[in-house]
Amino acid sequence: MSGVRVLAGTRKGAFILEADEARKRWSIDGPFFAGWEIYHIAGSPADPQRLYASQSSGWFGQVLQRSNDGGKTWQPVNNEFTYDGIPGTHQWYDGSSRPWEFKRVWHLEASPLDPDVVYAGVEDAALFRSDDGGEHWHELSGLRNHSTGSSWHPGAGGMCLHTILLDRSNARRIFVAISAAGAFRSDDGGDTWLPINRGLRSEYIPDPNAEVGHCVHRLAMHPARPNVLFMQKHWDVMRSDDGGDVWHEISGNLPTDFGFAIDVHAHDPETVYVVPIKSDREHFPLDGALRVYRSRTGGDEWEALTSGLPQEHCYVNVLRDAMAVDRLGSCGIYFGTTGGQIYASADDGDSWSAIARDLPPVLSVEVQTFA
Amino acid sequence: MIRVLLPAHLKVLANVVGEVEIDPSEGSSISAVIEAVERRFPALRGTILRYGSRDRRPMVRFFACNTDLSHEDPQSPLPTAVIDGEEPLLIVGAIAGG
Repeated sequence: MSGVRVLAGTRKGAFILEADEARKRWSIDGPFFAGWEIYHIAGSPADPQRLYASQSSGWFGQVLQRSNDGGKTWQPVNNEFTYDGIPGTHQWYDGSSRPWEFKRVWHLEASPLDPDVVYAGVEDAALFRSDDGGEHWHELSGLRNHSTGSSWHPGAGGMCLHTILLDRSNARRIFVAISAAGAFRSDDGGDTWLPINRGLRSEYIPDPNAEVGHCVHRLAMHPARPNVLFMQKHWDVMRSDDGGDVWHEISGNLPTDFGFAIDVHAHDPETVYVVPIKSDREHFPLDGALRVYRSRTGGDEWEALTSGLPQEHCYVNVLRDAMAVDRLGSCGIYFGTTGGQIYASADDGDSWSAIARDLPPVLSVEVQTFA
Repeated sequence: MIRVLLPAHLKVLANVVGEVEIDPSEGSSISAVIEAVERRFPALRGTILRYGSRDRRPMVRFFACNTDLSHEDPQSPLPTAVIDGEEPLLIVGAIAGG
């Protein structure tokens, strides 16, 4: 039977929501790992029953969980993330040097080919890989040891590697993004890395056109067109048509171009979604109205999508990993809020409804599609 | 037997009900007892003591016999009453939040 499974990570546990193809009636299972922060749950494209969850706590640190049955049961796997070699230092907010120190896993990305291969983006920013389903982790240290690494500094949420994009047409190509270092690309499976921030302009850093130091909030890619990347930067929505070599701004008529989440329609690589947020001082929607903006032209021209979304007194945020799409014939779009709602649209974003309304603050949303 | 009482979150993680009992032959210091707990419940590795440094996590505390042992040398012997099983070693999540 075709349908979707929504994997939601929240401040106080994980939730799994399921529906059939109509996406009208939803079951909600959870909380899993109640009381723990679940920064992310990821499913394996190669085996949808294989899930990974990042479970963390200010008291007890990082735990990694794996499920082999679609989230019905879970087993803790290895939670040791040790930086390769002598970690060295990065910059702190005030420009002083701080030793690299592992804090948590922000994002998990499972290989499209092998359910046992999974990448972890962590704070302090580094990329780890497991080839055995999470039983062992090793750092792809060419990223952190890039010549600019010692100058990277955290964004307000910490120095996190929050985005990992795997190119399904080229297993050697990986994109990552780090707040507040910027975007990076590897063309050799993660051994060496290139900053890909040309064209980004950030007025709030000493050199607005610097090679690194940009607060990239999120990257998105359509799997069928991996050279086209979309970016929600701290301010500015950006696009690259050459795998990140050069970016240009596509904020166009957005009412504000600050935000966190961005994603691409499952079947139309030129249709892009963002959730504009008022400003970096006020992390809530403009005018108290929650609006998703859609561009059907790959950027620049945006339309507000409001049907079914609260249009007054709404002061939630939508975090960077909290938007996803399904791959059913009529593309579904999903996003979670810091107010504990998960909104879904089964019609390209034309209309929305809350499929969960009172969860803890939502940190991440992923969607698995069963055709 | 040395009786160890885990905080609620770690009991769930380790699937433990009640106290954990550690044979004193496995060691009678805080450090040795926690290592024994980790051997029995690998899911707890890194959750009480950090990997690498083996430092106590900053928001974890150790108590026994109405005494805060959090800042004692983790290699020093536990109180005799703990080693004899008369008193438990309490591993406690620090009070934080509202």
